Amino acid sequence: MKATLALPSDDKRWRMVNATMRRHGYSSSALIEALHTVQQAFGYLDETALQYVAKSLRVPLSRVYGVATFYNHFMMKPGGTHTCVVCLGTACYIKGSPQILETLEKRLAIRKGQTTPDGKLSLMVAHCVGMCWLAPVVMLDDDVQAEATPAQAATKIQEWVSK
Amino acid sequence: MTTKLPQSQLPEEEILRVAEQEQEEKSQYQRHIYVCMGAACLAAGSATVKDSLSEVVDQNGFAGRCAVHGGGCRGLCAEGPTVTIEPDDVLYGKITPQDAPDIIKNLGKKRPLERLHRPTDRPFFLRQQRIVLELAGKVNSERIEDYIASGGYKSLLKAVHEMSPVEVINEITRSGLRGRGGAGYSTGLKWRTVAKADGHPKYVICNGDEGDPGAFMDRSVMDDYPFRLLEGITIAAYAVGAEQGYVYIRAEYPLSVRRVQNAIRQAQRLNLLGNQIAGTAFNFDVQVRVGAGAFVCGEETALIASIEGKRGQPRPRPPYPATAGLWGKPTLINNVETFANIPAIIRNGADWFASIGTEKSKGTKVFALTGNINHSGLIEVPMGITLREIIYDIGGGIPNGKRFKAAQTGGPSGGCIPEEHLDISMDYESLAGIGSIMGSGGLIVMDEDSCMVNVAKYFMEFCMTESCGKCIPCRVGTAQIYRILDNTTRGTATLSDLEQLEMLCDMVRHTSLCGLGQAAPNPVLSTLRFFRDEYLMHIVEKRCPAGVCHLHPEPALYNDTKESVR
Ligand SMILES: Cc1cc2nc3c(=O)[nH]c(=O)nc-3n(C[C@H](O)[C@H](O)[C@H](O)COP(=O)(O)O)c2cc1C
Ligand code: FES
Repeated sequence: MKATLALPSDDKRWRMVNATMRRHGYSSSALIEALHTVQQAFGYLDETALQYVAKSLRVPLSRVYGVATFYNHFMMKPGGTHTCVVCLGTACYIKGSPQILETLEKRLAIRKGQTTPDGKLSLMVAHCVGMCWLAPVVMLDDDVQAEATPAQAATKIQEWVSK
Repeated sequence: MTTKLPQSQLPEEEILRVAEQEQEEKSQYQRHIYVCMGAACLAAGSATVKDSLSEVVDQNGFAGRCAVHGGGCRGLCAEGPTVTIEPDDVLYGKITPQDAPDIIKNLGKKRPLERLHRPTDRPFFLRQQRIVLELAGKVNSERIEDYIASGGYKSLLKAVHEMSPVEVINEITRSGLRGRGGAGYSTGLKWRTVAKADGHPKYVICNGDEGDPGAFMDRSVMDDYPFRLLEGITIAAYAVGAEQGYVYIRAEYPLSVRRVQNAIRQAQRLNLLGNQIAGTAFNFDVQVRVGAGAFVCGEETALIASIEGKRGQPRPRPPYPATAGLWGKPTLINNVETFANIPAIIRNGADWFASIGTEKSKGTKVFALTGNINHSGLIEVPMGITLREIIYDIGGGIPNGKRFKAAQTGGPSGGCIPEEHLDISMDYESLAGIGSIMGSGGLIVMDEDSCMVNVAKYFMEFCMTESCGKCIPCRVGTAQIYRILDNTTRGTATLSDLEQLEMLCDMVRHTSLCGLGQAAPNPVLSTLRFFRDEYLMHIVEKRCPAGVCHLHPEPALYNDTKESVR
């Protein structure tokens, strides 16, 4: 077994990342698992994390970056305190979720995938959150907004962000 | 034939003992209440319902007579949280914690509580046939003992003790089971190829990526019957001679990840995974791998790349994973539902399975029935049932007195089935014959208010965003097709665009590297085939008959087609 690399800082979360990599014997195939742990622990992947993982698994930084940016699940920037997910799955789409998204984008003055400048809210989209009978569905963190209309969703979000 | 260790009976007895003990424990209770712990019911608050039911049971001194468990999905997802009471087979829907006292008080009575009762003798249930979901809602998804007590793991024991790997493969081949992941390749043939392939070690992968938007069948199997899935995977591993397995689950299904991981641990504890399974010389273990949000990773070679820790990009086939898969070794890759069928086939025999369905499509199919339909939910029907029966008998028809327009199967790789084909038999060949596919089981019903051009555009946008970018026909072609469809819905397309659209579809279909690109034109081609007049109305009359698209016949400014999702 290779000697473990020094952790980037004494932040305890790095130990979790290291534990994941150790469990997989620091094999290069542990890359995605390692990035999952980083994201769970820190909420997003920054350069320090990418470098640390690259060195520990002995894979080129370019490959780590390539993997991190290939998968939608990995975030390269911190997300907002709250997350609003508009479902764009088929059932929601035919019941009008694009209009909801459009309204929210206008009201919040951000595009899908972005976070408001105050860092309060990220606006995300999903392809089916698995509750198609409630379509169109908007999720506010863990709350489900069933059969939402654009106006309702916008009002709800405003209430909820100002909480 | 693998050599069997002498005195191999002990562990089997151990397992039978577990089953007996569990049954004995269960028989001490007169009633068992199963609260659905599927993702949909959890979101509707089933965890608190379960807590309050347990509380009421304890407070009222029913504790010795009535047990409350977490159960699985009965398919009535729109009625969640649901509760099943056994042995009476009473199903309640839309339960709140406040209903708990009434439910408990009513337990000994002849008639179920009217206001919550969801009778199971109506077409929604009667027209279904459950194999994959046979224990639906009536077995604890987090306790292997409950699964074993209800007959689970008998098939694995039968396979490893009484059958040789070749016999298992022959049984599966004779059953006529075909892959449920979309393409419908014969499962037995695939197993045989892996078993015969040179190379060691061999791997088994369960494809739980379920990326089609509007599909949640595999999630339900992983959430509610993780043991059933593991049993199927383990039998497959025995048949093909694999020692290591992976269940690849999409990141969007954290509950499935937890349940499958829990199931693996419990199976290891009872030596139903690990070394010398059930006292035989067969060794096999399973790990979970979590996807990271890429639709293309459902494609088998991309999925393998992803397990290897790389970008999920497909590679040309052949060689197929069966001969050169994970780490270049022979690899069996099957869909969740395919594996979940296995224990039933081993238990009841190939002939039984082959007696269900049509000549070439055997068994049942699970569908996620959604869209403009009265009873949404998860259904399992015999192959060969007609679309009309699914929509009108099981689904209860179209709400608000609207007219049926089309049913979409196969997601972004499938097509739209119009009214004139409502009597189509739901099997692989018939669906392919009208330009759709069986797909993994999403079935979205659309009424007259849906615009078919818009639907085609939706799926093309999906394919365009999810294209991995490795091959040019898919990366550029999907963007070009999308552009034309977008212009059509804006009213700026011309008749020559329509010609070009057909040409592009043909090109992308025939020159793309993997199934994503090859099938991406399907939604466009099928809507062009059955709803060409709608395209023409958009282009010539600048009018959307369904009133969905806002057409502005001025040329659109350059629109940024491929935007980053992040
Ligand atoms: C773009 C694309 C996405 C796919 N997504 C899935 C999926 O989500 N689940 C699945 O089981 N198969 C999916 N498949 C099919 C797999 O490549 C593979 O054929 C299947 O897992 C084999 O299992 P089966 O024989 O049991 O159907 C996909 C294929 C393509 C081309
Ligand atoms: S399509 Fe939105 S929940 Fe399924």
